[in-house]
Amino acid sequence: MRRIAPRLTAAALTTLSVLLGTAFPAASAAPVAALPVIMHALLAPPLLPPPITRKTPARVVVNLTVEEVEKEIAPGARYTFWTFGGTVPGKMIRVREGDTVDINLQNLSSNKLPHNIDLHAVSGPGGGAGQTLIAPGNQASFSFKALLPGLYVYHCATAPVGMHVANGMYGMIMVEPKEGMSSVDKEYYVMQGDFYTGGSYRTGGLQGFDMQKAIDERPTYVLFNGADGALTGSGALSAKAGQKVRMFYGVGGPNLMSSFHIIGAIFDKVYPDGGSRFQENIQTTLVPAGGSAIIEFTPQVPGNLTLVDHSLTRAFNKGAVGLMAITGPERPEIYGKGIKTALAAAGTSTLVAAAKPAPLTVGQGARLSGKIVYDANCAACHLADGKGVPGVFPPLANSDFFQQRPYEMAHIVLHGRSGELVVNGEHYNSVMPPQDLNDEQVADVINYVSMALNGGKAVLTPEQVKQMRKIKPN
Amino acid sequence: MRMHLFAALALLAAGAAAAASAPARIDYRALPGGLLRSVLPADGKQAPALLAPFLMRANLVSNGEFRAFVASHPQWRRGQVPAVLAGPGYLLAWRAPGDPGQLDPNAPVTRVSWHAASAFCASEGARLPRWHEWEYGAAADPDRADARDDPKWLSAILNWYARPASGVPGRIGRARANFHGLQDMHGLVWEWVEDYSALFVNADSRAQGTAKQLDYCGGAAVSLGDRRNYAILMRVALLAAMEGAQDGAFLGFRCARDDTR
Repeated sequence: MRRIAPRLTAAALTTLSVLLGTAFPAASAAPVAALPVIMHALLAPPLLPPPITRKTPARVVVNLTVEEVEKEIAPGARYTFWTFGGTVPGKMIRVREGDTVDINLQNLSSNKLPHNIDLHAVSGPGGGAGQTLIAPGNQASFSFKALLPGLYVYHCATAPVGMHVANGMYGMIMVEPKEGMSSVDKEYYVMQGDFYTGGSYRTGGLQGFDMQKAIDERPTYVLFNGADGALTGSGALSAKAGQKVRMFYGVGGPNLMSSFHIIGAIFDKVYPDGGSRFQENIQTTLVPAGGSAIIEFTPQVPGNLTLVDHSLTRAFNKGAVGLMAITGPERPEIYGKGIKTALAAAGTSTLVAAAKPAPLTVGQGARLSGKIVYDANCAACHLADGKGVPGVFPPLANSDFFQQRPYEMAHIVLHGRSGELVVNGEHYNSVMPPQDLNDEQVADVINYVSMALNGGKAVLTPEQVKQMRKIKPN
Repeated sequence: MRMHLFAALALLAAGAAAAASAPARIDYRALPGGLLRSVLPADGKQAPALLAPFLMRANLVSNGEFRAFVASHPQWRRGQVPAVLAGPGYLLAWRAPGDPGQLDPNAPVTRVSWHAASAFCASEGARLPRWHEWEYGAAADPDRADARDDPKWLSAILNWYARPASGVPGRIGRARANFHGLQDMHGLVWEWVEDYSALFVNADSRAQGTAKQLDYCGGAAVSLGDRRNYAILMRVALLAAMEGAQDGAFLGFRCARDDTR
């Protein structure tokens, strides 16, 4: 039973601390009051505050705002996220071992729910949850000393906690060791989370939270940084070949662990579980829900590195994919281009025979369907106007590749494609996953690209797509 | 099975001279009580709560009704009420201390402290409902006294929580009355209960072994009985976050009375 007396005491202490001109009750600790005060900068992921250069402890003031915001969870699908600072994951906090941290949590009046914060970097019951539980329109402050270095998850701990976390209420705090962290060229902040929507993967419109799916641990989405495509297209990470990259990687959950892997890279160092020691030369690192890893690697050659949860249906069917575009000179001695030729017996096929079809007519319904399929499946990377991203995602509009080889394009839609590709004279080295579309949808989207983006004619029928499915991918 | 009181009675009892609009009939519904499988077990473990028969207001207290209340009880006007009984947000959206201004008179009054809500209920010979009473009344859908095992219904009432609190709450009484004749138990506002400060638990819903167990996450799994009803758990969490002088833009109330017949 909660009693009144402790509350009055707390109120009296608050009043006292106000009189003393300090923000929190423990004002009698003179050494704390003497620390230099630093207002913490808040950056939207995948960015984070720069490394700490000071060599002495400070008092770091972190102003976090809880925001319930409706945003895109996938192209065309919206979801109400509960966030620390308006982003999923929440804004990253970076302090130094021995710092005193003041957390000021605001729960906006426009919010619906009570919220709080539990930081795994805190030594004490609840990690701050008790001190910070507040209803909308209120704020709470508490302070703690960052005793031990490491990369720690923070999250909302209000019941039902699984729902608060499933809606995006997590982030991380890096407590740097006193001696600081080694110098790197690039730093990124990425967190995986599982999401449970009423509709299936990429079902459009505003989606609600599905409590039963959450309890059964059957996520609709498994995402990096809170959105399907958050780290692709214009959100793709970038680095130059030869640069040292450090990734602060965490898993908010609420339920799934992550088998984190970057296709095309070997991690030079992994600090498993965000701790103090590292392991070297790692392909895949397992990060538990509510856990983290500090990952360092050095991309060697140009092209796209692909971030995945190597529990792979999550990557291909639930959104756990991100890209890091690497620029720099080719280094064939490290990564050869390869040669592909047909086997001697491979000759004409139904594809070649069908290469000169009779003119097709496409109705308005199929045209509309093509655009819908395009917007839902292609626009995230190749952009709505089909112009693509130079060097990363090839253009589909006015594409010489498409105009010359529409059937190969259909084949790519069906089976995916990875490796070298030249479009309009520009080299690409990307990965495109197979698209889960039926015969009509494939025909419609190819005809849409042909007619709307390349000024051409309809080129494909669903029957031809059905035939093409019988051809195995390379 | 319904009782009609007259708001005017309360006004007269208070000896107020302020004119009120025509007396509105206040509709209290009789609920039979009995055993309730609660999210907050009576013994902290498994035991169902045992409820005596009680009466509950069919509808939330409206802006219009609360306007009449502060007219007859000027000590509850904004600016006159002591800060220990109502915080700075008290009736903040009202145009003047006695005037809700643009607020719909038929929308639920919000931004009221627990103390003010209790005083209002006392003025009509009632009290705030206890948590188990509220939970009992809220377990019903239009056709069943206890709809809580219906995942579709649970999912439907959960939707309200996913929508941020933009604007002000809508009108009272638009939704279908539930099995007991109560309206808007879900989907409009949070509601104060009489024993909000005694039921709960902790700001950390995962703490174990003590009575304080709801503010954080996993501990809720220790102390809570029905963990599948997220909508109700959120009600408990919100109340656990409140102080008696605080208020909320989407926090209203209705009243209840013992059934002494």
